[in-house]
Amino acid sequence: MSLLEVRELSAGYGDFQALFDLDITVDEGKTLAIIGANGAGKTTLLRALAGVVPAMSGSVRFDGEDLLAIPAHKRVERGISMVPEGRQLFPSLNVRENLQIGAYSGRPGEWTVDRVVEIFPLLERLLDRPSDVLSGGEKQAVAIGRALMSNPHLMLLDEVSLGLAPVVVKQVYAALPAITGTGTTVLVVEQDIAQATAVADDLVCLLEGRVRLQGTPAELTREQITSAYFGIEAAS
Amino acid sequence: MIWVNAIVQGVLLGGLFALFATGLSLAFGVMRFVNLAHGDLAILGAYFGVTTSDALGVNPLLSLFIVVPAMAALGYVLQRYAFNYAIGDDPLPSILVTFGLGIVIQNALLERYSADSQGLDAGSIETSSIELTDDIAIGTFPLIILGVAILVLGGLGLFLARTRMGRAFRATSDDPITARLMGINDRNIYGVVMAIAFATVALAGVFLGIRQTFGPSDGPALLLIGFEAVVIGGLGSLWGTLLGGVIIGIAQTVGNQLDVEFGFLNGPLLGHIIFLVVLLVRPNGLLGRRSR
Amino acid sequence: MSEYRISRSTPESRGGVAFFAALTLVLFTLPWWDGDGSLRTPLVIVLLYVALAQMWNLLAGFAGLISIGQQMFVGIGTYGLLTFAEEWGIDPYLSVPLCGLVAALVSIPVAFFNFRLVAGYFAIGTWVSAEVIRLLVNDSGSLKGGEVRSLTRESLGGYAKETRDNVTYWLALALAVGATAIVVFVLRSRVGLALRSVRDNETGARGLGVDVTRTKALIWVIAAFWTGCVGAVLLLNAPSATSTSAFSVLSWTALVIFMVVIGGNGSTTGPILGVLVFWFLDEQLADQDTWRFIILGGLAAVMAIVAPKGLYGLLQQWKPLQFFPVRRRLIGPGVDE
Repeated sequence: MSLLEVRELSAGYGDFQALFDLDITVDEGKTLAIIGANGAGKTTLLRALAGVVPAMSGSVRFDGEDLLAIPAHKRVERGISMVPEGRQLFPSLNVRENLQIGAYSGRPGEWTVDRVVEIFPLLERLLDRPSDVLSGGEKQAVAIGRALMSNPHLMLLDEVSLGLAPVVVKQVYAALPAITGTGTTVLVVEQDIAQATAVADDLVCLLEGRVRLQGTPAELTREQITSAYFGIEAAS
Repeated sequence: MIWVNAIVQGVLLGGLFALFATGLSLAFGVMRFVNLAHGDLAILGAYFGVTTSDALGVNPLLSLFIVVPAMAALGYVLQRYAFNYAIGDDPLPSILVTFGLGIVIQNALLERYSADSQGLDAGSIETSSIELTDDIAIGTFPLIILGVAILVLGGLGLFLARTRMGRAFRATSDDPITARLMGINDRNIYGVVMAIAFATVALAGVFLGIRQTFGPSDGPALLLIGFEAVVIGGLGSLWGTLLGGVIIGIAQTVGNQLDVEFGFLNGPLLGHIIFLVVLLVRPNGLLGRRSR
Repeated sequence: MSEYRISRSTPESRGGVAFFAALTLVLFTLPWWDGDGSLRTPLVIVLLYVALAQMWNLLAGFAGLISIGQQMFVGIGTYGLLTFAEEWGIDPYLSVPLCGLVAALVSIPVAFFNFRLVAGYFAIGTWVSAEVIRLLVNDSGSLKGGEVRSLTRESLGGYAKETRDNVTYWLALALAVGATAIVVFVLRSRVGLALRSVRDNETGARGLGVDVTRTKALIWVIAAFWTGCVGAVLLLNAPSATSTSAFSVLSWTALVIFMVVIGGNGSTTGPILGVLVFWFLDEQLADQDTWRFIILGGLAAVMAIVAPKGLYGLLQQWKPLQFFPVRRRLIGPGVDE
């Protein structure tokens, strides 16, 4: 059964349209990776789903409900939570409080500060530190933990590996099975194609605000993906 | 001894000023909102106290049970249905809306109550005092005001530091868009902030009305005092606001004493001068966070 | 040669400038055809308000400096004139620009303090500065701000009353036309381009090498000079002054702000429109001071939310016109007119 159905979605900021008639379906419990070059509209898509970028036209059904009619802050209660690009931790809150604020919506579930520390053991000694002194990887772990605290049904992960050292990226992705294992569906934006094909059940490649290629990693060849990524016509 | 007394009285007066500045400090801290009608709202609160205690025939201190919640409700409604539409990158709309509101309040009060000074009579508590020495006596009521100011500021500090909603205030202050991603309705938070601001300023207004007489056009002078207390203490610091209030309070009493003794300076002027000096040497205030 | 050129003028702006030039000429000749001065008397105040409104507009609408302290420069102009003409015996009309100069000088340290404050706090900071100056004038032994003071006949230089009234009127006209010209001129200059870029994107403008603070400071000093001159002419037109009336935040800043906001902040025509609306309302509400403030304050507060560009902005939405040639447009083949 599909959890999220995006139909002919167009969205953007002010006069600038970033997404054009997008169709995407995400099945319950699956991990979908969105790849694409800079400016392809990946972040706009996630922010439109989270409700902080307005949709211009089209429809989005989430769990059978019309998502576009729900304001951003209520989408968290419905089970959508987001790890924004650049982590965006709250500097006035320490690490523990940043995690606690993730549970603000009061959505029931199994995630607690202790459970987050279980999957990101590096956070244990950092809980009472101010959040603006952490390293990039630590911040990313807090941001993911913060999103998990709302016990999401669908988690939107934006640019997880951006600006992180490869070894740190590996640690962050190592936590993914623990997240999907609880039945959470994941929509991840990733620029690293290899990383995306390794973790995803399905791949969507965006180019200039439109879906260019869609399929499972097994069906798609490396050539197909790279040409879609860079917008080169595949010679066929 | 008169100088020691001036300072003691100044500290007590500072409690009122700090209570008065609390709302300005909080609104700026959470939403970078500067309410130019803040002084006029204190006076509105005082007149509201007059009407309520007259109508019900009760002590003005009891009228607080009606005035404070009513003003809080007014603050919430105004924020949600007016001020929120003026918030944005451009500070001009919010300044215009609150400045316009302030002028409307002043003139509406003038129209309704005339320009004559009014006072609130709270009975014997106003005159009772604790004698420390022959020259220095601490008024019971000013002491109570200082106590209330410390309780309110301390309580707000605890609320911000310890509660779920306090965390939401701080998160919204840092980044309202990301706060929405946490399920926080920033517009509602702003409404609650303004409700607290209106409640505290109404409390300060009624206290002011019991301490001294007041008229419809006294608001702007209060706004400047509150503003100076906030800037001296440091933007975004509640304890700084208390300290700033006390400093401005001392400036008033010592300045007035200087005027009496030497005919030089006066309360308001000394307060303004201290404010300008602090602005010069510590632009972020005495307890303010670095760079804002 | 390229077929493209940059043009600031449009047919309406050419018509607009011609209209304002003709209006200025008609107003200039007014003393000769308005024999009893029935139009001249109210026009002095209207014209002085146009000057004040244009200056506040220049500060807030173009430089982003939202001042609630303009009464300080009006007061300085008033007490400057009392000192120059009354105490020192300088010709009162020659004293007017000197008063502007004093206001400009005082504005420099005021800027030094207040430019440290952001947005809303800058607004209150300028208000505090105005209070400081008012209190100093009030307590000063030589300026005697606490007393009612006026220009005596001797210090008015022995001119006949009719001449004095006409010169005051012409000075007011010059200040109004000059203020509008300053706004047009500043916007057409390099400084104006810099200001526009600052208004659109302050960080971006800094990146392009625009010295934002210097540009703002320059505008601040110009507005102080002009507002100071207005303060001096206000005294020439008034029988007397006290520090309370000369430094009135309500008369010289609040009303001005309301006019600019109602007329249209950030445009050249808007403030003039606002003054005219105010004049009209003022005629209807004669002697109803409180209601005048309630209506204007309420209207300004509502317009700030529903129509931030004022009446002129609403007019523009309905039919875009540009009366003053301040906007550069590209003209050439393939460019939409």
